[in-house]
Amino acid sequence: MSQATAAVQTDTHAEHHEELSFLYKYILPVDHKIIGMQYIFTGMIMAIIGGYFAYAFRMQLAFPGELVPLYGLVGPGEYNMLVTNHGTIMIFWVAMPVLIAGFGNFLIPLMIGCDDMVFPRLNRLSYQIFLVSTLVLITSFFVAGGGFGGAWTSYPPLSSVAEYSRTDWGASLWILAVALEFVSFLLGGINFITTTMNARAPGMKWMDIPIAVWFIVVAVILFMASVGPLVAGAVMLFMDQRLGTTFFLPSGGGDPLLWQHLFWFFGHPEVYVVLLPTMGIVADIISVFSRKKLFGYRTILYTAFATGGLSFIVWAHHQFIAGIDPRVANVFVVTTVLISIPLAEMMFSYIATLYGGSIEFKTPMLWALSFLASFLIGGVTGIYLGASALDIYFHDSYFVLAHFHYTFFPITIIGMFAALTYWFPKMFGRMMNETLGKIHFWGTFVPFNCIFLPLFLLGLAGQNRRVYNFQNYPDLAKQELQDIRIFATVSLIVLLLFQFVFIYNFFVSMFKGEKAPNNPWNANTLEWSTSSPPPHGNFKILPTVYRSAYEYSVPGREKDYWPQNEPPE
Amino acid sequence: MIEYFVHRASSFAGDIDNLFLVITLIIGFWFFLTFGALVYLIIRFRRKEGVKAQYIAGEKHSETKWTHYPHYAVIAMDVVIIAINIMVWVDIKQTLPPRDNLVRIIGQQWSWSFIHAGPDGELDTQDDVATVNDLHVQTDKTYHFELQSRDVLHNFSVPAFRLRQDAVPGRTISGWFKPTKTGTYDLQCAEMCGYGHGIMGAAITVHSEESYNTTMAQIQNGTYESHFQKRKGTKTKFPSNTSKVDDEDSFAVLLASVF
Repeated sequence: MSQATAAVQTDTHAEHHEELSFLYKYILPVDHKIIGMQYIFTGMIMAIIGGYFAYAFRMQLAFPGELVPLYGLVGPGEYNMLVTNHGTIMIFWVAMPVLIAGFGNFLIPLMIGCDDMVFPRLNRLSYQIFLVSTLVLITSFFVAGGGFGGAWTSYPPLSSVAEYSRTDWGASLWILAVALEFVSFLLGGINFITTTMNARAPGMKWMDIPIAVWFIVVAVILFMASVGPLVAGAVMLFMDQRLGTTFFLPSGGGDPLLWQHLFWFFGHPEVYVVLLPTMGIVADIISVFSRKKLFGYRTILYTAFATGGLSFIVWAHHQFIAGIDPRVANVFVVTTVLISIPLAEMMFSYIATLYGGSIEFKTPMLWALSFLASFLIGGVTGIYLGASALDIYFHDSYFVLAHFHYTFFPITIIGMFAALTYWFPKMFGRMMNETLGKIHFWGTFVPFNCIFLPLFLLGLAGQNRRVYNFQNYPDLAKQELQDIRIFATVSLIVLLLFQFVFIYNFFVSMFKGEKAPNNPWNANTLEWSTSSPPPHGNFKILPTVYRSAYEYSVPGREKDYWPQNEPPE
Repeated sequence: MIEYFVHRASSFAGDIDNLFLVITLIIGFWFFLTFGALVYLIIRFRRKEGVKAQYIAGEKHSETKWTHYPHYAVIAMDVVIIAINIMVWVDIKQTLPPRDNLVRIIGQQWSWSFIHAGPDGELDTQDDVATVNDLHVQTDKTYHFELQSRDVLHNFSVPAFRLRQDAVPGRTISGWFKPTKTGTYDLQCAEMCGYGHGIMGAAITVHSEESYNTTMAQIQNGTYESHFQKRKGTKTKFPSNTSKVDDEDSFAVLLASVF
């Protein structure tokens, strides 16, 4: 499949890709575009489930003990199950499949100018394992005892002993689903790296690769380097649950803290695994809609490497007060706060890109700019939590919760909408409705801030996470605090209602939208040089690359963009 | 700012609140600077007919200084934060000041057991006083605690003390606190511990010496009425509504001392 060495391209290329039957085109595809969309659609369905869970438990917090419309009574057990699986789903079944597997699959071959992934069947297998893992997770909600409720970090002994968790099979199916999912992404990941290394269009040097592709590849490398310990831990946890081993049980000579180290050694790089793809997508969108060359392409790239490298030595900042030696914390404070250095530089470069631009506020650009604004809040509040002494007060409080929602919501939801609205014309060959897109943007962005800004205050007031009813605590049952909870819940409902605008816009535009030209945004990257949607095999003639991806508004040229594959005059 | 929401009832609560304030000032400055730059650039360089965007690669020194100089300032601020933080952390978690009294705290699904050392100041002796979900301490005495768990991970969390520590089965974790303000405060479990995690609360009461001795006597002769049970279903008030926030510590006084 690799075309990197194919210096001579002919028109006969397309003949290798004859039309396939429905079964092989959509159900058992090897085409990276269809596999990417399978991931994206699965992720979007899981996002609906995750959002529904959030609705149910936020209603319980705002109106404790009352029947939740469309759900029913949320007791302590259901509450634990809902928060646990909300977190699991949003990170492992929405952020990962949509941003990395979904857009990685769709974008990498198109943006580097080749006809498919280098291992198309491995790619198909990867999605199929992912689908199985999704089904296992959904099954776990319905087994006897209910779904797992030991928090998405699943600290043992709670998660490893059925008498403690009271969810015997729920816990086992949960860890099985997570492990299967990692296997799937390992298969996908090796494919992404190999494809980018070997199958780039002739002329595309490393420094000509669009940032979106670069960051997905860096993210995948981080993922593959960090996931090993967690898969080992997952197997040990599963054996503790089902075979009676005692890796994490002190009564049998094990240690509960071992799991925390294994989990967070993966868990912290994981934050950057999901952050980087969105950062890359946002870089491309900002450059296109401000008609500006990216400010310091190499700097941005190197800051991503530095962030990735540092992310491997910060994991114990999740465990400052978990019973580790307090002296160790000092080391991790230094490394954690150091991460602000590359990330600040990256952020400054993005903002500097806007300088001297000609900014057009299309929907994708609104999403990209709102990502920068809200991720900034998520980033600076992280400094509080990296400081170990403040973590004594804030650990597992709503301050932490608000902080990481200010990172994960922009990354996952805002990033997903930015990418979907930007590449929608390429995916489906039709344009989305701009007006509905903007209504949906404001209807999501404003309630999002109304949900999570007040939660910082609740954190300051000493409110802890994962408690199903704060009326049990006199210091937290104050009416003023309850009013804040109700406000956040109402904002969440408003946010969820506005998603119907998106769903309507998405499906109506897919079938009835205005036909999209090949390059509706006047962008430079290779995916815009083929037809919308691209044919099986992507390009009629495989492109040759002559320049970097960000040559916008070059002085002396009439057009303000200069596609990568346009031969020099 | 924390002291407007939660009482400041231990000796190191003020240190943590001040650390919060220092970090807020530093990152607040950065946040408004960066956010302001972002908003300004978005408005200033919005698309206008006939105006073409500039071509800036961001590779020359004259251009990169705009991101590099703020960046060096970030490093300087980081060093300040790290230094202050480590000072506070070493104080609270790494050093054990000499103790006046001792208490053993045991978490289990889903209640707290407390063993007060009694007059002799030693645990596992005849005069130990055991309670469930009710911890009694004296003001201005330094307490050491031995934190244990019988089953899963728990977390001993007292917001009014700004204190939090995980309890790990199979280990005894020691630490200290010194209450400074009388009153009854929430004590919560802050680590997911299963079905009853949400109700695993207790009450911690800081007594004057006299009231402490009375309460201990009541517990021993069986006439004690649990503070935890009495508080259930009630709602407390913000510190700013009950009494004036300790004037020496408040933000206004701190600012006044700066200027």
